[in-house]
Amino acid sequence: MKLIIAIIQPHRLELVKDALYDADVNLITVSEVLGHGRQKGVAEVYRGIKETGNLLRKIRLEIAVNDNFVDKTIEAITKGACTGSIGDGKIFVLDLAECVRIRTSEKGSSAIG
Amino acid sequence: MDSKLVIDTGDTAWMLISSALVMLMTPGLAFFYGGLVRRKNILGVLMQCFIILAALSLQWVLFGYSLSFAPGNGFLGSLQWFGLNGVGLEPYSDYSATIPHQAFMIFQGMFAVITPALIIGAFAERMKFSAFLVFTLLWATFVYDPMAHMVWGVGGWLRNLGALDFAGGTVVHINAGIAALVTAIVIGKRKCYKKHPTSPHNLPFSVLGAALLWFGWFGFNAGSALGANGVAVNAFVVTNTAAAAAALCWALLDWKFNRNPTMLGTISGAVAGLVAITPAAGFVGIGGAIAIGLLSSVFCFIAVGFIKHKFGYDDSLDAFGIHGVGGIWGSLATGLFALKSINPAGADGLFAGNPKLFLVQIAATAATMVYAFVATYILFKLVDKFIGVRVVEEEEAMGLDLTQHNERAYTMLE
Repeated sequence: MKLIIAIIQPHRLELVKDALYDADVNLITVSEVLGHGRQKGVAEVYRGIKETGNLLRKIRLEIAVNDNFVDKTIEAITKGACTGSIGDGKIFVLDLAECVRIRTSEKGSSAIG
Repeated sequence: MDSKLVIDTGDTAWMLISSALVMLMTPGLAFFYGGLVRRKNILGVLMQCFIILAALSLQWVLFGYSLSFAPGNGFLGSLQWFGLNGVGLEPYSDYSATIPHQAFMIFQGMFAVITPALIIGAFAERMKFSAFLVFTLLWATFVYDPMAHMVWGVGGWLRNLGALDFAGGTVVHINAGIAALVTAIVIGKRKCYKKHPTSPHNLPFSVLGAALLWFGWFGFNAGSALGANGVAVNAFVVTNTAAAAAALCWALLDWKFNRNPTMLGTISGAVAGLVAITPAAGFVGIGGAIAIGLLSSVFCFIAVGFIKHKFGYDDSLDAFGIHGVGGIWGSLATGLFALKSINPAGADGLFAGNPKLFLVQIAATAATMVYAFVATYILFKLVDKFIGVRVVEEEEAMGLDLTQHNERAYTMLE
């Protein structure tokens, strides 16, 4: 079992969701986060004053998958989120020690899907 | 013009207040619409409404008022009053014998401002700001100004035909409503449409906006009496009554067909009722007002809930569904419910035994629809050809606030 965490551009969320659904990955958690990588934030202009270095809005996805779904999930996220420019985001894959479905107390692989 | 005319201070005071009330409707509309869009587009909507207030105010005093109201032919005024030349502080008896001519001018100016703003609801969340600005100025000049002249201007052919439009059912609501339908179809659906229905990002804003609209509408309708008099009071009372009947009716329709009475439905009903009573406000009584209000919600409910989905156009915030449909109903209903006993300057409608007025109202309604449809289509296509009306796909996904204005409405952290 792996936990996949992806940080993506907010405006690519719909495309990433579509790609994930196409890959049969239907269980995701989405949150809105702030941060920046190498591109150091966007410049907004208020009354003529440029404010640089603002943290950027990003979307964070968390997806827990069984091992045979890892590659498909990564492919789907990449397909939906990639524009080729700086700021497209990152995907992190972590080992997942346990997963429990609260409703039934099932554990492990069967609790994920 | 006629130096013997005397300015009535009460009338003048009421017209100044009414003008200010109508001005408030444009920011009210901005919040009504702004609450309904996704949060990445609210500044785009507010900005479009606010810039119209600025741009159209100037257009109006420079040449818009002249094109609409100066002596001309049956279709258009002239440039005789360019820059308000000859539009002074004395009354001009052809339009209003008891208030300064400029009071009439500025009151009408607020109508010229809000009318193009109504169309914004149709192309919300995807129109390029530059194209929007150019289109709006062209539309005001070549669609609104001629329409205002035809219906309200001395010599206007619809006015001479005997069509009744107390406060702008044809000129404002049908005109903008049809323009909304045309622009929604030409610009095309939002990328997210159908696949992911978009939820209003801030319904309380919309409620606030609708309340401001209702409030401002007292100036819009009761002010259209052009004086502090009995007709104004009648217009005030029937305006409130129709809005109330329509708001309640939509809430009940929601309850029956969508399981719960909704806030958005209730304010949509109120606006629909206000739209529908607009042409009739100076000519109908309480009975007519209740009937007009109730049925406006029924028709608009059907337009918004069924017709739009059946045909699949993306009139994003239902500018056509409410202003177009409500306006058409109100204009026809004026021919049904008008009573000469309410306003001797009006006429009796069908239910008072005068079918002729109903036929005239049908003609005026149809003429407005045809003119608005054709002229809007040509202008919008022209702007699309030279500037391009739509933002590129990535900008649409990022939102108009950031891509058109380089600002955002809400921060996540301080």
